[in-house]
Amino acid sequence: MTEPLLSIDEIVTEFRVEGGVVRAVNGVSLDVRPGETVGVVGESGSGKSVTMMSALGLLPGHGRVVAGHARFRGRDLVGLAERELERIRGREIGLVFQDPMTAFNPVMTVGEQIAEGLRRHQAGLSRRAAGARVVELLAEVGIPAPERRARQYPHEFSGGMRQRAMIAMAMANRPALIIADEPTTALDVTIQAQILDLLGRVQQETEAALIMITHDLGVIAEMTERVVVMYAGRVVETADVDTVFHEARHPYTRGLLRSLPRLDHRVAELPAIGGQPPNPQALPPGCSYRPRCPLNQGRDECLTRPELNPAGRGHRSACHFHAELAGLTGGVE
Amino acid sequence: MVAYVVRRLLVSAVVLVGISMLLFTLLQLMPGDPVEMMIDPMSFSGDRAAAIARRREQLGLDASLPIQYVRWAGEFLQGNLGFSYSTSRPVAEVMVERLGPTVRLMGTALVIGLLAGIPVGILAALRRNTLVDYGAAALSLVAISVPSFFVALLGIYVFGLKLDWLPTGGMNSVGGGGLVDSLRHLVLPAGILGLALAGPYVRYARAAMLEVLGQDFLTTARSKGLSRRRVVGRHALHNALIPLVTVVAIQIPVLFAGAVVVEQVFAWPGMGRLALEAVLARDYPILLGFVMAIAVLVLLCNLLADVAYAVIDPRIRL
Amino acid sequence: MTTLDTVPADAGSVSPGRLALRRFRRHRLAVAGAIMLVLLTVGAIVLPFVVGADPNAVDPSAIRRGPADGHPLGTDSAGRDVLARLLAGGRVSLLVGLSAALIATSIGLVLGAVAGYFGRSVDGALSRLADVVLSFPALIIIIVVVAFVGPSLPTLILSIGLFGWPTPYRIVRGMTLSLREQDSILAVGGLGAGAVRIIRKHVVPVVIAPLTVVATLGVAQAILLEAALSFLGLGVPPPTASWGNMLNEAQSLTILESMPWLWLPPGIAIAVTVMAVNFVGDGLRDAADPRAVR
Repeated sequence: MTEPLLSIDEIVTEFRVEGGVVRAVNGVSLDVRPGETVGVVGESGSGKSVTMMSALGLLPGHGRVVAGHARFRGRDLVGLAERELERIRGREIGLVFQDPMTAFNPVMTVGEQIAEGLRRHQAGLSRRAAGARVVELLAEVGIPAPERRARQYPHEFSGGMRQRAMIAMAMANRPALIIADEPTTALDVTIQAQILDLLGRVQQETEAALIMITHDLGVIAEMTERVVVMYAGRVVETADVDTVFHEARHPYTRGLLRSLPRLDHRVAELPAIGGQPPNPQALPPGCSYRPRCPLNQGRDECLTRPELNPAGRGHRSACHFHAELAGLTGGVE
Repeated sequence: MVAYVVRRLLVSAVVLVGISMLLFTLLQLMPGDPVEMMIDPMSFSGDRAAAIARRREQLGLDASLPIQYVRWAGEFLQGNLGFSYSTSRPVAEVMVERLGPTVRLMGTALVIGLLAGIPVGILAALRRNTLVDYGAAALSLVAISVPSFFVALLGIYVFGLKLDWLPTGGMNSVGGGGLVDSLRHLVLPAGILGLALAGPYVRYARAAMLEVLGQDFLTTARSKGLSRRRVVGRHALHNALIPLVTVVAIQIPVLFAGAVVVEQVFAWPGMGRLALEAVLARDYPILLGFVMAIAVLVLLCNLLADVAYAVIDPRIRL
Repeated sequence: MTTLDTVPADAGSVSPGRLALRRFRRHRLAVAGAIMLVLLTVGAIVLPFVVGADPNAVDPSAIRRGPADGHPLGTDSAGRDVLARLLAGGRVSLLVGLSAALIATSIGLVLGAVAGYFGRSVDGALSRLADVVLSFPALIIIIVVVAFVGPSLPTLILSIGLFGWPTPYRIVRGMTLSLREQDSILAVGGLGAGAVRIIRKHVVPVVIAPLTVVATLGVAQAILLEAALSFLGLGVPPPTASWGNMLNEAQSLTILESMPWLWLPPGIAIAVTVMAVNFVGDGLRDAADPRAVR
């Protein structure tokens, strides 16, 4: 097996809030190997994005990584000096954000914003050469009339075009890893498929690894090889994509799968997971999923926190009763 | 853009006519007869009533109110704002004479206020909830709360009288003096007015910067590996300046209020003092001209704010 | 980027009012300001009886005397007791500040509710007017008004109040508009039918908190305006004492240089009072909305 490109190891991240701290990420580990596509899936608030931002040192001011490591090519990014991190961000790791409307600076042209990342990491690149490269990049991501578009402001772009430009920005310096944080959530359904295609194509052409953060299992099925399922700041299941879809061993993953639309269901009948995602400031003791879990049934084991235990080849699940799910297909009632 | 500006100017003209009619009517309805005051009963010998009537006719004050207004407006458009009751000099001439000193004082104060207030406000936002932030908040609150005339009195007392470093008033020493002399006269009034302005500017700048600092595109900028200096100096600052430019431009006329007080304390021969003199002498033509000047300034600054907004924010097209 | 829904740790167990009170109390400067104001108010009302001196009693034998027995803060150019005048002036300042802010807030509340309730052209016209009033320097307009009608206490209060309405207006208007959008009550009420009742029942409870903040800051503004006008001799007319007109005399360099007891106390009094009011206003703002930026 090849060495992982990025190895996140037991990251714990906390946020200061009025009246205390919230632990948003609680001991998350995951590996990404070169060229691989990993999906990170979970409800909003499960800590998917925060995990990635923790690794990159991009947490907002009230957030802090309190434990764990994030080794990129063997170097631990946690605790690395800001100047060193700056050298990695944008050059070796590119980011695509969820909402292309707010992710661009409204008062700078799209071209300037892409060129700025190029010039930051390529010493001696002239303004003119950077401009030419921007036009090439915009053309590569399928933006028509790239010369003209480069001189326009973000508000003159449609949502889909903005996200294409965002991808151009992320891939500008040919990074070894692209992290896409809900890249299609803010887009129209028709545009979503185009953007996913583009991301897949870019990844193939640049041979970058891709971390796909999403709450949409459809995106996972289409794009990824391995899947990490997160719930309430922890990893609850991890496996290759086929295993997740056919032999999921965590009731939460099963719940997510059941809420996935299928051809033989009408949309109105889609079952959702009952109950609310837990308040991160008041997690239930023991298994965080317990209050919503159909396997709980008042069993004592659920009052202790389950470890992420092997459940098959390359398959781990954080459920005391994952064995009960073996062989069962579909959801659990 | 041009069409927008033209349209706004037309609207402004209508507003000005409205304001002038209102003021003109009010001024004429006021008790206290300026003509009575012009002809001093102590020193005047002869038929005083006849003299007053003659003077009134000379000044056109015997006609009906609408006719007086139309006459006044016609003259106004030709740059003739009437004649001062107290000195009989043309109002326009007197105002132009007083405009220079006021612009010098207010311009310097504005620059001081911006240079002192904006960086402090931005720094406070960047160091939110630290000692720097609290210190800046306390200082700006003091600047907002302590009346500028009291600060001016303190300034004269300390620097003018006790230490004898700076002149206590006026724009120049008697008999002239060079650039240094002018600057020495400017330090106290412009400095005090400037620091009073800096108080609110700190607050505006801090609020504008905080608004921007929470936004997603700064994370994007950092994700490209840009240095903190560039993220703040280029991305955040440009966006924070947009609301700041607007609020500063709109409030330029409010500077005049500060100028009235400070000019009075420092015997600065500007518009503010002129207005006060006119109030005390019931010199209505001067007052009318002064208020019209302020009204023009208000409308122009509103327009300026809109145009500036469109220039620095590419999302706005006029 | 997905961010957490941050829920205050003690949400649910504490009412919003209690929470606001707690935040206000944590604001030490605001508490200090509030205490200061209480002391000032009590002082201005009660102390005159303790001091006993008549603020308007002229004593030709004791003109411009420095602080001494019988006159702790000395006497002014007419031989009047400075301390007595200072206390009397405090009452005038507080009276002007409170009543002008009350007038401004009331006008702002009514016009804002009207603009928000009727919307369209009514809103357009009122908002435009508010913009213009806001960018006019109030002091100058009031000076002109005073030139018309002459200085008096009611003129002063009324004209300061008339210039203060745009800020409360904007708040009430904004909240009424959003109420109208989210709430069917205002729409169902129909034009005219019970408009006053609807505004009283639905608008006032919502706007009361931010309005209190604005009104408090308005008191500070009004006190400053009164002081400036009286200082210029266009505010509270003598012989009534006011902090502003006590400072008026200090425009003479002789008095400024050699009789600081005449001008330092009223100047400090204005500064301290306005600061205390502003501290309280800031504290109230943070208590009403902890996320609002100053």
